[in-house]
Amino acid sequence: MATVHSPRIKAKHQRLVLLVIALAVVLLAGLLAAWALRSQASYFYVPSEIVAKPPEADRFVRLGGMVEKGSLKTAPDGVTIRFVVGDGKSRVPVSFSGIVPSLFVEGSGVVAEGRMQPGGTFKADNLLAKHDENYVPREMQNMTQAQARKVVAETQ
Amino acid sequence: MSGAPPSSVRKGSAWAIWLPLALFVVFVVLVTVGLLRPADRNVASTLIDRPLPSFNLPSPLPGGAGLKSADLSGGRPRLLNIFASWCVPCRVEAPQLAQLAKAGVTIDGISVRDRPDALQAFLAENGNPYSRIGADNAGSVQLALGSSGVPETYVIDGKGRVRYQHIGEIRPEHVALLLGKLEAAK
Amino acid sequence: MIAELGLAALWLAAALAVLQLVGGALALTARGSALGDLVRPVAVVQGLLALVAFAALIRVFAVTDLSVRLVALNSHSMKPLVFKIAAAWGNHEGSMLLWVTVMGLAGGFVALVERRLPERTMLATLAGQAFVSLGFYAFLLIASNPFERLATPPAEGNGLNPLLQDLGLAFHPPTLYLGYVGLSVAFSFAIGALVTREVGPAFARAMRPWVLGAWIFLTLGITAGSYWAYYELGWGGWWFWDPVENASLMPWLAATALLHSCGVLAARNALRAWTIMLGVVAFSMSMVGTFLVRSGILTSVHAFAVDPQRGTFILALLAINIGGALTLFGLRAGTVTEGERFAVVSREGALVMNNVLLSAILGIVLFGTLYPLAAEAMGAKVSVGPPYFNPVSALFFVPMLVVLAVGPLLRWRQDKLDRIGKGLALPAAMVVVALLAVLMIGGAGLLPYLGLALGAGLAVASFLPLRDRNLRRTPLPIWGMVIAHFGVAVALLGMASESAYSVERLVALRVGESTAVGPWSVRLASVDPVAGPNWTALEGKLEVRYAGGAVEVARPQARNFWAPAQQTSESSLLTRWNGQLYSVLGEEASDNRWQVRLWWKPFVTLIWLGGMLIALGGVLAVIGHVLSDWRRIVARSRIADRRESQGR
Repeated sequence: MATVHSPRIKAKHQRLVLLVIALAVVLLAGLLAAWALRSQASYFYVPSEIVAKPPEADRFVRLGGMVEKGSLKTAPDGVTIRFVVGDGKSRVPVSFSGIVPSLFVEGSGVVAEGRMQPGGTFKADNLLAKHDENYVPREMQNMTQAQARKVVAETQ
Repeated sequence: MSGAPPSSVRKGSAWAIWLPLALFVVFVVLVTVGLLRPADRNVASTLIDRPLPSFNLPSPLPGGAGLKSADLSGGRPRLLNIFASWCVPCRVEAPQLAQLAKAGVTIDGISVRDRPDALQAFLAENGNPYSRIGADNAGSVQLALGSSGVPETYVIDGKGRVRYQHIGEIRPEHVALLLGKLEAAK
Repeated sequence: MIAELGLAALWLAAALAVLQLVGGALALTARGSALGDLVRPVAVVQGLLALVAFAALIRVFAVTDLSVRLVALNSHSMKPLVFKIAAAWGNHEGSMLLWVTVMGLAGGFVALVERRLPERTMLATLAGQAFVSLGFYAFLLIASNPFERLATPPAEGNGLNPLLQDLGLAFHPPTLYLGYVGLSVAFSFAIGALVTREVGPAFARAMRPWVLGAWIFLTLGITAGSYWAYYELGWGGWWFWDPVENASLMPWLAATALLHSCGVLAARNALRAWTIMLGVVAFSMSMVGTFLVRSGILTSVHAFAVDPQRGTFILALLAINIGGALTLFGLRAGTVTEGERFAVVSREGALVMNNVLLSAILGIVLFGTLYPLAAEAMGAKVSVGPPYFNPVSALFFVPMLVVLAVGPLLRWRQDKLDRIGKGLALPAAMVVVALLAVLMIGGAGLLPYLGLALGAGLAVASFLPLRDRNLRRTPLPIWGMVIAHFGVAVALLGMASESAYSVERLVALRVGESTAVGPWSVRLASVDPVAGPNWTALEGKLEVRYAGGAVEVARPQARNFWAPAQQTSESSLLTRWNGQLYSVLGEEASDNRWQVRLWWKPFVTLIWLGGMLIALGGVLAVIGHVLSDWRRIVARSRIADRRESQGR
């Protein structure tokens, strides 16, 4: 609007200040996001990868694979479980304390979130087993040669 | 309304006006790549042209023969159908399986996570096109085959190698395709 | 028959949408085309027909007509009726039908009620609405017909994911959809205004109730969704930064920004192009969210069906709608005249800062959500979680809280900070006191401390705009703003308290054994089998005492559903005024011990209470705006009457 040109406001100047602030914020957001993503994104590994090239200690990663049959043991405290996740090439021992997702069984797929310990054990903070019997985690598709799910077999 | 004359048309930030569109285009390109990638993986199943994993499944029904991987390398191409009584699309494909069986195709079945009584009822209702049925109660053979769901059908050649994988139910228009794949597998 | 009726209604509605689009477009180009008069009634009928189709779908689900493929795949005759009905929209096709229904009804409502805008803008708006709807009709009719019949109906249906058999979830997606669709109306208004270049206060006032309404539903939807994830997933968390959650958060952030810039445009006729831009962005975020959720392009812990083909279809719709809108924006925005000017230190300036910061957070969330996709394109598989989202978004959230405290006190156009300085002394003192208090208690991280201190200050500051006002004569929208801002403070306090002071305990207990978590003592009294309509369960009976008080009972369950066969754990929540005791029963461990997981979460309920307050603020604002618009219309017609009678 060209109707009001109050000299007190110095419109152009003020507009510029706002624009500069906005640009600075957006730029800051972009830089920060880029930096944080590089340092905070957690990578997905399959057992053979994590054995060949372990992540830095204390880095939060995801480990996906199949729970080996006969490997599942419960510790004496009753709430810690240990099992082995394998992908046919390598095997990684995993420990987890907590309520196990109901679809977590030996021989099924699992994605464990947690950190690699110095001794070569993976300490999981969280186990993801999708609550859907047709589910194969997307990250594991390469490994199991599992295919995209069918249009018709969906259960939501 | 603002009947303002367009006297102070903004000019300085003309490029900024197109920025959202540019960002949006980047987004569309990114997700298009993401959408296409899994589709590529589907086609390149590594089981194709490789021998079947070995397995030995009991029969789900009393008195049946069960299904071994060795049964499938019988010199002639055949179909291996993964199904279950609890799966709706399996009912949809039953007429097509019956048609294929009538055309002289040997069909072996693997029933996944099923109960004998439910399976019996399913076969009574939809017909039994299978020459042998194996019971895969843990779904482990299904997984070894690289099948993520039910139903799925494999074309196996005379030497027991997977030649083609059909995902989802066999619709009427797929019958000719499967017959062609069987012919090619000879 | 019902299914065929629904399908016919759907086709007819789609045909009417074509008519609405073509009629509107022709009337815009050829002046005074008779088709223009058709557009409004057609929009109304189109909405009603979509409603008929949706009612038909509800009907086939209610009677479990298994010859309809969708019913066979998603329902089961043994399910309670309410879940049978909820199953109608608990799947892809049904939810898309719900989408077009709400969108059609909203368009019809606009056509019926909105009389403030110039007719040409209205025509363009309704044509835009029809264009967007048409994409979804095509999607439904071509790629995902909800009424498809099965040649051989099965004896029994597949059932519904038991995780979704929950009242909260049954009404969660529709709530979000109402929000998304409300934003589609704002989008159509923006397109209409761009086409005719009529951007001004009248446009903002017409758009505002829709933005507010959408924003209320999104707020409620996100609040409810968060609570659902909290008690249903059994992980004790209330926000996971999961793609599905982000998909609902992003439109909310955009809508929040739009809401505030709309206010500036309505009151001061400034921020014109920016408001239009936000109108486009807000709906884009809804579609992007729907796309991300439905295409399965991102891995999510929430179980949603995945189908790349559908994803492609939604992506195509997205590209056409949003790409088209942004192109139109690029072509036209340069010719939208600049609005009124204002100083940096002014109400407008503060609202611009609010918009900039919200946009920054939106960008951060979008960036983090899409990053795994970009990384995968380069061959790395990553997931992005709280370690990224929490600190990075907090960095922008904190200055936004400051703006939120200061902004409402500023005058329009131009102001001086020292004028309001005194008023801010009280909240500032609150911040310092709260900070000292939490530092003395100790035991938490930097972010929770900051949250508690700022939350306390903001809770006070949010009421400052009422100072020097006659409370009885304070307009409802001001009350709405105060309450919504107070809600932000309440939710923030809840979040900070939860993350600072939660206590967790994981044990294996024999029946009769006890443990403790925070101030609670917990004894496992028994584990018994119980049965529900389509599940059986093991139910733990936990006798709990708060600080040695009276015994209360918590009953967490491990449920087994029959159809489809699945297990879920039903957490139990004991709510006190100062927090919740959250308990989960796990599996039977070795030697007759049961896994029990317990959390004591002080003041966690404030999170959702805050969310509800925010929504309540929105409701008050909507009522206030609609009422004042109504009064203005009545007054104007009275003046017109008077003039007429004087003229005689």
